This record gives sequence, C-alpha cells and structure tokens, in this order.
Amino acid sequence: MAENIKVAYWPGCVSRGFTPELHGSMALVAQKLGIELVELDRANCCGAGVIAEHNQELADTLNARTFALAQQTGLSMMNICSTCQGAQSECQQRLDADSAYRAHVNEALSGQGLSYEKAGDGGWTNKNFLWLLVEDYGLDRLKEQVVRPLSGLRVGPFYGCYIVRPKERLGYAEYPDRDIYLEKVIEALGGQIVEYDGARKCCGFPVITMSRETSLRQAGTHVGDAIDAGADCLVTPCPLCHLNLDMQQPEAAKVVNRDLGLAVLHLPQLVGLALGAEPKELGMGKHIASTRWVEERLTSGVAA
Amino acid sequence: MAEYTIKVRRFQPESGEGPYWEEFNVDLDPSLSVLDGLLQAKDKEDGSLAVRCSCRAAICGSCGMKINGQSGLGCKTQIGEAQEQANKMKGATGVTAAEASSPIGAQAPEAQDAVRATGQVEAGPGTTAVTTATEAPIVIEPMGNMPVIKDLITDMESTHWTKIRRVTPWLLPHGEPPEREYIVEPESMIDITQSMACIQCGACVSSCLSMEADPDFIGPAALAKAYRFVGDPRDAETAERLHDLAEDPHGIYDCTHCFSCIDACPKGVAPMDQIMRLRRRAGEEGIEDPNSGHDHEIAFVKIIEKKGTLDESLLLQESFAPGFKGKLKPNRRAIREMIGSIPTAIRGIKTGKMRSLHKLIPGVHPKLPDQDDVKAIYRHAEEHNEELNLYIRGEEGDDAQPDGAAAEEVTNG
Repeated sequence: MAENIKVAYWPGCVSRGFTPELHGSMALVAQKLGIELVELDRANCCGAGVIAEHNQELADTLNARTFALAQQTGLSMMNICSTCQGAQSECQQRLDADSAYRAHVNEALSGQGLSYEKAGDGGWTNKNFLWLLVEDYGLDRLKEQVVRPLSGLRVGPFYGCYIVRPKERLGYAEYPDRDIYLEKVIEALGGQIVEYDGARKCCGFPVITMSRETSLRQAGTHVGDAIDAGADCLVTPCPLCHLNLDMQQPEAAKVVNRDLGLAVLHLPQLVGLALGAEPKELGMGKHIASTRWVEERLTSGVAA
Repeated sequence: MAEYTIKVRRFQPESGEGPYWEEFNVDLDPSLSVLDGLLQAKDKEDGSLAVRCSCRAAICGSCGMKINGQSGLGCKTQIGEAQEQANKMKGATGVTAAEASSPIGAQAPEAQDAVRATGQVEAGPGTTAVTTATEAPIVIEPMGNMPVIKDLITDMESTHWTKIRRVTPWLLPHGEPPEREYIVEPESMIDITQSMACIQCGACVSSCLSMEADPDFIGPAALAKAYRFVGDPRDAETAERLHDLAEDPHGIYDCTHCFSCIDACPKGVAPMDQIMRLRRRAGEEGIEDPNSGHDHEIAFVKIIEKKGTLDESLLLQESFAPGFKGKLKPNRRAIREMIGSIPTAIRGIKTGKMRSLHKLIPGVHPKLPDQDDVKAIYRHAEEHNEELNLYIRGEEGDDAQPDGAAAEEVTNG
C-alpha cells in the first residue's frame, strides 16, 4: 500500500477556467498525499457530452487522443471532474467494445504518432481522484495522513450524474461501492455525513444556458435540502456541479425563493483541510458562497 | 428461503389520511422478485395493499415502482439484490432510502434527524421495531413524477400517456398507401429497434430529474417514442416532427443529461440517448430553437476545434449570439440571458475566480500547442461521422471471433 502513486493527470477545462481553486488545491493535496502528477498539458477537452451529441466519432477520437497521450507516459490516468469521467468513460466503452472501430479512430491519430490501446484486466485505467483515493491510495492510508480531523463538520456529498450513472458503463460491476465513496471519504477525514435527497441527483448545469429555470431550480432545491438536513457544506468531485451549486447559488436562491448560503467544497479542498492546509491556500476565498462558516466550525472543532 | 422486511409507502385516499410507511415481513427465496414479496404480503397480511401487475416477466410494464429510491420494475428486481442495496446505502449513510427520499412527516420522525455521527452504523436513527440492526428494510414507493391513486398505483394518464400522445405516436406516411405492406430495407430499421423495445412502464418518467424541476418537460418516454418515428423511413413528416420537438421550450433541449432514465429502463431503451439523437437530427435539419440549444452545441464544437480546451466566456457569448459566421444577432431571450449573467460575472471578478483577461474577454483563451492535431481529428471525423450503437452492435466477445472479423463487416456495411 505504501508504494508511491504516479499518474498522468488530466485537469480538465473548468478547473483551469471558472474554478481555478480546484486545480490549485489538487496540486497542493497531491503533494501532501505523495501522489505524483504528470500533467497532460497538451490534451484536449473531453467534449462534456456536447460534442458526442453533435458527432459521436469526433468525441471518441478526441478522447482517444487524450488516452493515447496518457498511455505514452506509461502511466494510468487521473481526472478531477465527474463530467470528464463520464464523457471519457462513454467514449472508452465504445472504443474498447469494437476493435474495427478502434482501428478506424486510431487511423485519425496515426499522423500524430499516437494510438489508443485497449488495456487488459488490471491494465491502464482512467479514474477520478475520488476513485483513485479510495481504490488505489486507500482509506486507511488517507486516515493516517489526517492531522486536523473534520470533527463536528457536517458534510453533504454531491456526486454529479456523470460519475454515478449509467452504472453499467462506470465500472460498478467491479466496484459496486463507487456511489458511496464520498461518504467513505468524509468518514475517513473525521467528518459527519449529512444525508439529503439531492446527493446523487443532477445539479442542472448542462441546461444552464438552455433552460435556466429548470437548471437553477435543481441547484437551488438540492442546496436547500442539504441546509434543511443540517449541512455545514457540500463536497463535490465535479467542477461543473460546483459552477451551478456555488457560482450560481445566488441566482438559484431567487428561483427557489429562499435564502441559501451554503459552502460548496471541491473534493481536494475537503481532503486538504483535513491534511492541515489552510483554507486560503486551498483557494476557498474564491468561492461565491462564503466558506467562513466551515472555517469557524473547524477551528471550534479543533478546540473541542 | 430468507426473511425480508419490506417497507411500503402506503396511501388510501378513501381514509382521508395522508401517506404512511408500513413494514411487512415476508419469507421467500432471494432469487424471487420484489413483486413476489409484495404479493406475499398482500396474500398473507393485508389484502388491501394495492399494486399493479400482470405478466411478472418484465414484458407487460405494469409494475413500475421505486425500490430503495431506484425506479424500475418490481418483477425484474430480485429481492436478494434489493436487500443488499438497502444494506449498502444504510451502512454508508446511516439512513434508509425511505428517510432520504420521501420523508413523510408524522409517520417517520426519524427522518427529522438524518445527521449521524461517524462510526455509529448500528445505532443509526432508522432502526425500528421490526428491523434488525444488520438488515435494513427494502424501501418500496410508487413511481415519482406522477400522482398516486392508491398505495403503489400511480395515475399514468396525466404525466405519461398525455405526453406520449403529445408526440403523435403513429406513422404519418404520405401518398397512396401501397397495395399490401410498406417495403423497407431491413438495415434502415435497425436504428430505431432500440426505441421500439419500450414497454411503456413509465420507470424513466418516474426517474426523470428534469421533469422533477419542470413538470412540462415532454420527458424521456415520449421523446424516445418520438425518435422511433423520426428514425422510421416510412414516415413522411420527419422535419415537422423535429421542428415541433426542438421548438417546444420544454422539448429536447430541456433534458438535463443526467442518465437517470438510462439506469431506470428495464429494456435498454436508453431514452436519453434517443433524445441526443433527436438533437443531432434537429441540428442537421438546421432548426433554430428558442432555448439556443443548437447554438450552444455548435459553439462548443467550434471552440474546441479552434482552441482545444474550453473558452468558457466565449461559449456563453456564442451560445446566445453566434458570431462565428459573422452574424451577431441575439434574440430577445438571449439578450435577457446575457444581461442576467452579468451579476454572476461580477461576483466572479470580486472573489478572484474570474479575474483574468482570458476568462473575461471571449476569444482570448489560449489554444493548445498542437492545435493542428485537434483540427486534423475534426477533418477525419467529419468525413466519416460514424455512430456506434452498442445496443445494436453489442460488445465484442473475448473469443467470439478473430479480432474484429465480424464487427468489421458491419462497420464497412
């Protein structure tokens, strides 16, 4: 268990765009955990399901390129976005299912000296940080690293659709507990789990430009339900969920017609707090919904 | 044989009382179904327990329900598996699906206290008289997004059948009908076989997260049915159908892409995939929809072609006022949306989230160092534009045939 973990790291677009605090906190937390990140800085957008909606083969080829760049490093791949995970798993499923199709897609990459190779059992994988943390790093090892247990902090998990559905595509046959990993991590960090209706529902982000009210009603309802269940904050492995739950929270509050004001943490931020990092280093000041209450709970938790 | 506790959300309108939870102990083989468990409870304990069913073999589509919060068919869910799922969720969160999904005030006081201290699985607040500490009750509820008539029986007319009729679910051929049957190439029907597998059980409607937020959404079952006719070569009103579905603000661009319907469907119809096919077809038809859904899609695709990674501010601008082709003419809704997004941008600048030029000014976002490689991929994919439907094609067997021999035949066909 104690061997070093080194991965080809795909940060995604949004973690370097409107949620820069995610990329920064991931780098810091990886260092604290002893996970070595080899950043795929030439890789392209996963398409977020939108490119597949336009042209499936285009999405499959774009992601085959990212996979091939990762395979070139000789390392398995890690992402920090539920949407990247879902969109990439979808393309990988099609590529892996049909060797003729794979060859056809690889033909488009051959000019770049790249090729995506289907891995055998236990071979090359692409995992969200959440999956890597539980399956490869290990919760026991994580617990050993905790210097500031999140005692007294009531955390509501928020997964993001793309990392929990469809189960058949996302490796649930092999790892049936992937839809309760956030609970396991919260527990390992010493926090309290808050169960509320929205944990595995949709944040609404995919239709924020198309059907704003549907979108914000979803975000507002879930944040409100978490508040009613006593949450101090939410935690999510998906920056797109973060955009709707945090950045759009004041707008969502208007649609559901109630006060909100609930901190939404990125997964590496929650882990980072337990590992002793300061909220400021983790970029928590960049959030729209204030994280001050979380900081207060933690200080009082340590005192108690 | 094994003992199970099923916890059923009950409602009898004639009683004048609200809904309540009732637990039944049943005894049956783990390989039998949740429906079998319900029928045993009805037979031995309470004949008034109302549930619809007929074939018990996942063909008639009568017994749609929610089991541990997951929509599906009672007859297709093994009770042993449902028990494992109930235990898993309770072990992880300390509460049962009943308390998490549909708290019923007075009858479930434990739902008021859903917060659990870590490490106290055994003392979870959901423990009740008939539930042992290790076995969580299997929670059974009527389908969601529909009014409940009695116990597990929902009114499918108002949210399911009305919407099915909304999409004109019959063929609209033009011209004189042929003397005998319509003759079509078998290959031309393959594309719609997946949507033809629908048995109208309503499980996808029950699970739909868009409909939860917008009851006017046409919904997964009706849109999958719509694709069944849009993709049918005998139908002569494909363009009219696509216009209708794209121009309804609660139509194909109201789907939030959550995959719930895919996991709920007992027949592999994957309604969300059919909705994405409808979007693709509507796009090919060049339909401008009031939700700017097509503009959003095109903007996204073009930005990645140009930059390789997402330029978020350009995506926002282009979704509402597409300027790629030199036309910058937002409609009234788009102007409202753009003005509406200003407060969000200002908040982002204040916290530092968006405090950089390339995040604020559309188009300044840097492109990838080898963006030409990405462009080459676009050219290749646009020439071929192949769609691989795993429902139709199936996954390659490990030793079925020499690497891709049979599959290749289909690909080239």
